[in-house]
Amino acid sequence: MEKTLRISKIRDGTVIDHVPSGKGIRVIGILGVHEDVNYTVSLAIHVPSSKMGFKDVIKIENRFLDRNELDMISLIAPNATISIIKNYEISEKFQVELPSRLIGVLKCRNQNCITNTHEPVESEFEIVSKHPLVIRCVYCERTMGEKDIFS
Amino acid sequence: MLKNRSVVSIEDVDSDDLNDLFDLSDSMLRTIEKGGSTDLLRNKIMATLFYEPSTRTRLSFESAMHRLGGSVITVSDVKTSSVAKGETLADTIRMASSYSDIIVIRHPLEGAARLASKFANRPVINAGDGSGQHPTQTILDLYTMRKETGSIDGKVVTMVGDLRYGRTIHSLIIALSKYDVKINLVSPQILRLPEYVYTKIGDRSRIKEYDDLSSVIADTDVLYVTRIQKERFTDQNEYQSVIGSYSVDGDLVSKMKKDAIIMHPLPRVDEIRPEVDELPQARYFKQAYYGVPVRMALIYRILGD
Repeated sequence: MEKTLRISKIRDGTVIDHVPSGKGIRVIGILGVHEDVNYTVSLAIHVPSSKMGFKDVIKIENRFLDRNELDMISLIAPNATISIIKNYEISEKFQVELPSRLIGVLKCRNQNCITNTHEPVESEFEIVSKHPLVIRCVYCERTMGEKDIFS
Repeated sequence: MLKNRSVVSIEDVDSDDLNDLFDLSDSMLRTIEKGGSTDLLRNKIMATLFYEPSTRTRLSFESAMHRLGGSVITVSDVKTSSVAKGETLADTIRMASSYSDIIVIRHPLEGAARLASKFANRPVINAGDGSGQHPTQTILDLYTMRKETGSIDGKVVTMVGDLRYGRTIHSLIIALSKYDVKINLVSPQILRLPEYVYTKIGDRSRIKEYDDLSSVIADTDVLYVTRIQKERFTDQNEYQSVIGSYSVDGDLVSKMKKDAIIMHPLPRVDEIRPEVDELPQARYFKQAYYGVPVRMALIYRILGD
């Protein structure tokens, strides 16, 4: 494995490591990174990894993630490692954790689900299976796979 | 134990509860057949909120509550109720639960009954939510199978018609998967059972899908027929292409076992021909008749002492 860094160190921000190879673009999508972004995002795809064979790595400068974003990342990258960088140093490092329920982070794809109306409830999903990813709406009981969730 | 619990999905009722409900339904049936009522739930009030048309379900729930000695309050037409003024279901439920001891709800949107159970401080019974679940119909269907054939275990159950949108089918398959039964699903390709229902069934190997009835009719013990529901189709061309595909007539019934039974949650349109009504296999009117004792049993187990 090469010892040199493919992407240079960041001063402040977040590093998302151990993302399954090929899933980095989806993680970028979760974070809502669009053309008009005003912070620097680096994505390395298919990086050799001693643990995973190959992996994707994302470095985001001057941006930190909230609980909902971490929950969403855990759906497609259940073993991802998050490092919070402050002044070039790792100030905090942890693994994402797949919650038993996802509350208010996703919209149910069933157009006829009561949660897609003006009722005062947040969407709520339970995890049916991690591999392959399947989640079920607690209200209408419809299931969604990874393609449904991220399309 | 169902005491003070909501029944939104058939999975809210475990197998011990089911067996208890079957025995209690027998007892309720005897009470009805003696021409009697009870005062087991005197002073209890049931609120019925039907946001979709219903004949059998609504009448049987209300009849069941009256026969238990309780009373019923209802909204006769939601178009003239506060819903028309834009009130959320959550607020309607909060209000209804403060006026009653139990709420029965039918709604066109899936998940409506689960939402209702979260906002009500009284038990909620799901009387059908969109193409989701219809658990009391399932309890009644299982009761009918047991009563009319002697047992549920060991049977070959063939379900035909709208397996995609039919909520009675979804609840029933989930419940039957816990028994020792073989299930044949017969439908056109576009009306196959949705994958999300399969995710609730442990062993899929006892379920097989077919395009037509002829290959399974002779082995069937219970033929469960459903209406192709026009209102569930967004594409009316699709509806036109499948109606009438699975009609049960005298000729088909002649190929069935003598002791097999035919069930249907009703209403039917043309999927069972009128000539079948007089044949010994036809049990769908009896099935509808059992709706009252079964719902009496369920309401009593939730609200009774």
